[in-house]
Amino acid sequence: MIRWFREIRLDDRPTVGGKGASLGELARAGINVPPGFVVATEAYTRFIDAIDPRRELRRRIERLEANDTASVTKVATEVRAQIEKAPVPKDVHAALTKAYATLCASERDAPVAVRSSATSEDSDEASFAGLQDTYLWVRGADSVVTQLRRCWASLYSEPSVSYRRRLKLPEEHVAMAVVVQRMVNARCAGVMFTRSPTTGDRSVIAIEAAWGLGSAMVSGEVTPDRYVVSKVTLDISKRTVSPKLIRHVPVPAGGVREEEVPAAMQSVPCLSDEQVKEVARVGKRIEQHYGKAQDIEWAMDESGKFPDNLYLLQSRPETVWASRSQEPIAKPAASAMDHVLAALSGGLKRK
Amino acid sequence: MGKSEDIAKLPSHPGGNGTDMYSFFTGGRSVANPRPSATPPAHATPSAAPTIQRIASVANRQQPKDGQFLLPSQVETAPGAEGWEEMYPYFTRFRPEDDQRFWFYNGMHFPEPMPAFDMITAEAPYVALGAFNTRVFVVPGVKGIDHRVVNGRVFISGLPVTDPEEIQERLMYFQERAFYYFGNWNKLYDKWRDKMMTLIHEMEAIKVPDLPKYDDEAMVKEGRGIAQNYYVMESYQRAIQGYFKMWQYHMEMLLLGYGAYSTFFEFCKKAFPEITDQTISRMVAGVDVLMFRPDDELKKLARLAVELKLDDEFREDRDPADLLESMKRRGKPGERWLAALKKARDPWFNVSTGDGFYHHHRSWNDDLAIPFSALPRYVRQVKAGESLERPTEKLKRERERIRKEYRALLTTDADRGAFDQMLGLSELVFPFVEDHKFYCEHWLTMIFFKKMREFAQLLTKNGFFDDPEDMFHLHHSEVGQAISDLMLAWSAGSTPRGKAHWGPIVARRKALLKTLFDWAPPPALGPVPEAINDAVLNMLWGITSEQLRSWAAPVAANSNELRGFAASEGVVEGLARVVMSVDEIASIREGEILVCPVTAPSWAPIFGKIKAAVSDIGGTMSHAAIVAREYGMPAVVGTGHATKRIRTGQRLRVDGSTGVVTILP
Repeated sequence: MIRWFREIRLDDRPTVGGKGASLGELARAGINVPPGFVVATEAYTRFIDAIDPRRELRRRIERLEANDTASVTKVATEVRAQIEKAPVPKDVHAALTKAYATLCASERDAPVAVRSSATSEDSDEASFAGLQDTYLWVRGADSVVTQLRRCWASLYSEPSVSYRRRLKLPEEHVAMAVVVQRMVNARCAGVMFTRSPTTGDRSVIAIEAAWGLGSAMVSGEVTPDRYVVSKVTLDISKRTVSPKLIRHVPVPAGGVREEEVPAAMQSVPCLSDEQVKEVARVGKRIEQHYGKAQDIEWAMDESGKFPDNLYLLQSRPETVWASRSQEPIAKPAASAMDHVLAALSGGLKRK
Repeated sequence: MGKSEDIAKLPSHPGGNGTDMYSFFTGGRSVANPRPSATPPAHATPSAAPTIQRIASVANRQQPKDGQFLLPSQVETAPGAEGWEEMYPYFTRFRPEDDQRFWFYNGMHFPEPMPAFDMITAEAPYVALGAFNTRVFVVPGVKGIDHRVVNGRVFISGLPVTDPEEIQERLMYFQERAFYYFGNWNKLYDKWRDKMMTLIHEMEAIKVPDLPKYDDEAMVKEGRGIAQNYYVMESYQRAIQGYFKMWQYHMEMLLLGYGAYSTFFEFCKKAFPEITDQTISRMVAGVDVLMFRPDDELKKLARLAVELKLDDEFREDRDPADLLESMKRRGKPGERWLAALKKARDPWFNVSTGDGFYHHHRSWNDDLAIPFSALPRYVRQVKAGESLERPTEKLKRERERIRKEYRALLTTDADRGAFDQMLGLSELVFPFVEDHKFYCEHWLTMIFFKKMREFAQLLTKNGFFDDPEDMFHLHHSEVGQAISDLMLAWSAGSTPRGKAHWGPIVARRKALLKTLFDWAPPPALGPVPEAINDAVLNMLWGITSEQLRSWAAPVAANSNELRGFAASEGVVEGLARVVMSVDEIASIREGEILVCPVTAPSWAPIFGKIKAAVSDIGGTMSHAAIVAREYGMPAVVGTGHATKRIRTGQRLRVDGSTGVVTILP
């Protein structure tokens, strides 16, 4: 029911979800991932079976028409409310509390992120698996349990339900794993694509960075600094420093709040060149590990020594450019000179 | 930060036909479809789509309305420089139909107003460049380059071939001829070196006769039957011919060399739309390049000095003559060091302190103060146990790794096959591309100007000038006339017209040049082409559509930013040192940022001293760029007017990754 990152590999996706599997895989590959565990799908199944022993609730959802927004909203709201109130099975609760205590080690009520980790194959692309099911800076076992339930409940958000109805997916196989992971007290955080999001260029890594936790940037509330780094030479070819007006910071008691970035810091680059290169270096390693372009979230901790304070929070395959077909831009010619001939008479360029 | 804009988002040009453009080498061919769209078609493949976006945005970029250039006919004579035309041959003047063409200021080679004699450094290259493009290799899409002078500045314009039938016809010739050269490249390059060395030795052997009162007895006893005055003319003509011949050799292989390299360059840009120009050149650049030899020789001399315990002789600002004298008094070790110096000087000190395009660009051999200024620091470094060796093995391994990794990033076997072929051909031609400069612009050119100074001495001695330097205010054909004057007078036993004729002309031209120095040439003239997308123009001159647009855009008075080409990665801040010519090199202090019109290989030793380099002129393959990358310091080249906007002592931030130079408050 509880699976620590180091025990997980990519194949475990059906039981630990996409996020969980990816984090486990990263940790096993030696990437610096904040420690954590996954509450596997088994826990969810036990929970939902306890609430809905005769599957009436689930059948009720299956009967919904995707277009009937009013009914979808109504049913989804009811189910969610029920889930968020329902008690977590005793053994699940005990296992979770114990694992959390282990994760806290010597620190009392250490802050963690609680994140849903969907199992469905298409979840990478489906936008419903978004920010709403990530809870940051959660402290204390009770809060962890509360957020765990919320993650589970997010399966019944209106967009999730209508998405499943549109695809006519059976409710039987719906399950969710939940990641519980030590929180990085991010000085700055961001994302990177190991392939240019604008041109698809495989030879560059595009990095975005903003002050504070990554959530402000992911939600689009702040315009990040942007860097383009050569994957091969690690030279930084583009560097755009934006005024970063707000940031997300933890609330000591738990949760996250938005605040204004001090004026003097707004237009200061979040990363030094050395740090940009280190982020890119790790991105390159992760891409090599998976063998394809990745979309990665990272954070730089306030404390700790660089580069040990650089953490990787998530990695998933890049999908936009990967879905396009690949055709050669040039072919070997009878002789190397034919290329020059073609270029000097416009052939190569007009292709 | 304009350069970091997502290029695919730039507005597309509504009505461009994409073909009416200027080009130096590829003949003005548009790189995109006739009417490219800024959005990739729905079926676009991932590899093709970004390329189309990139090219379309470049090809379609519209000039801002306020971003026009003057027409050649609209350029007014610089105030006080009326009559400048007398310094230059009639065929370099703009004519009315030139208003239809696009011209740009070749400040890369000619950053100053031209003394009359120095026009030979434009005439000889352009005589050869066009000949090989137009007539010898018959490049399909392009003929030669026209050059014009206005207010003492050289503007150039290429002649594309646009008629499809003519292109087809030229293609047949080109295919056979160019293939022959590529197919026999190394053999031809060996032959080329032999030809060049023969020419260099011939040039060195040219004797400038001293016109004696009575001719030598040997003339009679050997029955030579030729008097000394004839040899004045012959030697002068041979020197001029040798210089013209050198430029023929220069263009013989260079154009094809660039053709091969620019083909690889274009391929990389298509395969990796965001790859930087500097990275492409790193895949091809040689490690054992002649250009580094002069500096390496200095380092060797520094090591030898330490080894021989002569290091106390090397002090900052010491007069070279004083140092040489002192070495002579140091017994055996001193002798050994002087012998090593002598060996290094021939040929490695035959490097111009400029690019060899002006008579006042002296070589290290002409002025030892320049190479010697680097010695005290090298000596200190050797004593501190630092290795001055260039890590050539490491550089080679790194180049190999970069090539391999880019190759691996290609997605199809076809692409990898094409990449191997193009890279292979670039590698084949690159040793010539990199090394020809030492033979041509440096070694032979330094001999040529040394000979010309000997003629200047001869003429001065015979009452033509007050100062030998005055001769360089005469066009080379006028020097020929002066020599005829001298030959006749010596022959007749009378006196030449000499100074009576040339004195006022020289005085006037000196004043004209001085006035013209203050004239700021526009970067370009004439109707702006739709697009410029030419790897050679970009590499050497830093000319792209984007660059033209920024040149044409009015400069905000309060702007503290300059933009150029990101030539070598990194960001630093420091104090500016504006150096207009190599003579001022000694003024540079450790840790300053060099701001200069253009740099040359002989500036290399100061790169160890400075923190960053900024130049007015130059692309990513320019010397400043290559040397800066070698030294791992940030460089921004091709800023257009850094030396005009920046003053010595100002604090700068140089971002060699984005090509932005900021003047800090």
